[in-house]
Amino acid sequence: MTPMIISVASGKGGTGKTTVATSLAWVLGSTAQLLDCDVEEPNCHVLMKPVLQESQPVAVPVPVVDANKCSLCGKCGEICRFSSIVVIGNQVLTFPEMCHGCGGCTLLCPENAITEGGRELGVIETGFAGPVEFVHGRLRVGEAMSPPLIRAVKHRINRHKIAILDAPPGASCPVIQTITGSDFIVMVTEPTPFGLHDLKIAVGAIEDLGIPLGVILNRSDIGDGEVHGFCSQKGIPLLAEIPHERRIAEGYARGNLLVDSTPQYVDTFLELFVTIRDLINGNRPHLEETKS
Amino acid sequence: MKIAVTSMGTEIHSQVDPRFGRARYIVILDENGTVLEAVDNSRNSNALKGAGIQAAKVVADRKVEVLVTGHCGPNAFRALQAAGVKVVVEQSGTVKDVLDRLNRNGVAFADQPNAEAHW
Repeated sequence: MTPMIISVASGKGGTGKTTVATSLAWVLGSTAQLLDCDVEEPNCHVLMKPVLQESQPVAVPVPVVDANKCSLCGKCGEICRFSSIVVIGNQVLTFPEMCHGCGGCTLLCPENAITEGGRELGVIETGFAGPVEFVHGRLRVGEAMSPPLIRAVKHRINRHKIAILDAPPGASCPVIQTITGSDFIVMVTEPTPFGLHDLKIAVGAIEDLGIPLGVILNRSDIGDGEVHGFCSQKGIPLLAEIPHERRIAEGYARGNLLVDSTPQYVDTFLELFVTIRDLINGNRPHLEETKS
Repeated sequence: MKIAVTSMGTEIHSQVDPRFGRARYIVILDENGTVLEAVDNSRNSNALKGAGIQAAKVVADRKVEVLVTGHCGPNAFRALQAAGVKVVVEQSGTVKDVLDRLNRNGVAFADQPNAEAHW
């Protein structure tokens, strides 16, 4: 078994990312690690019911200025893209809630007047859901910036396992932070105009990363055929289809995994993994070279 | 005395821009109505974050004493206060209109921001 990183993303919210990520992790058992990167609203634990053994607070470094050492040169404010530190009038002001924690101001300060304090972002909790290793991040209520916490969740990726990352919805910074470095991206969507609209935006954002991707069509027997058309036009493989079944919805409403409420999908998810693995191997340039 | 007014244009008869951080221009003038400089603020107005703080720096670096605008958020207000710039908010009309109001002592200086922080 080759270790790999598979991200599960979507454009539109509520299409079934968590349904797919949790069931994929569950069928892979002890070879899998599930990381819920939707730190603003983590929900994998609702379906996976992990025993959480460890909780660790995560902070982002923010500048703390020693006014006695500061010469008001302004270099700190020039490097900061987010205006979280600025020399104004005859003093230096910091706006810690806007700081992304790059550390640029600390490095540049010629007077060594800046040290790093911390702004708490949230916590990372780890444990096991049955045989599956489990990690999620929970953003502090009131905190506006999730990417640094997502980065910290990703530091927990187990390089000996198949890491499955449940991404936030959308196509903005938290999604890019999650999926960067993945070997494969599973896009979960539904065959509706809304699903297609947001899928296009997400694919547009992801394409530039050069990561192979495929689509899972959830509630595949509703809506129209436009997502099929888009995928074949873009050459995006359709990995699986999950129909709109009452049993699945009832199981989900009870907090049960898809593969628990409808066990015939165990094979579907095992096949899904094999398809993804083959697509990853086919997309690795060094393997292409050895073939030729 | 140097006065800064957020504006849609570069002249004394231009309309006041109600936004501070993302104002189109920041017109710097004296109390007689002579325009000393019209700062093109488009770089700030397209900034991802911290437009108000950068606009406050533009104003403070030019040793402005009074800023006149429509809305001023908490970060910009804190930065302006740190620089000792007095702030007048909720103003509209032309740059000349607000200057006349200022010269007649017809305005009050703000003691707190009048807009929410943007995320």
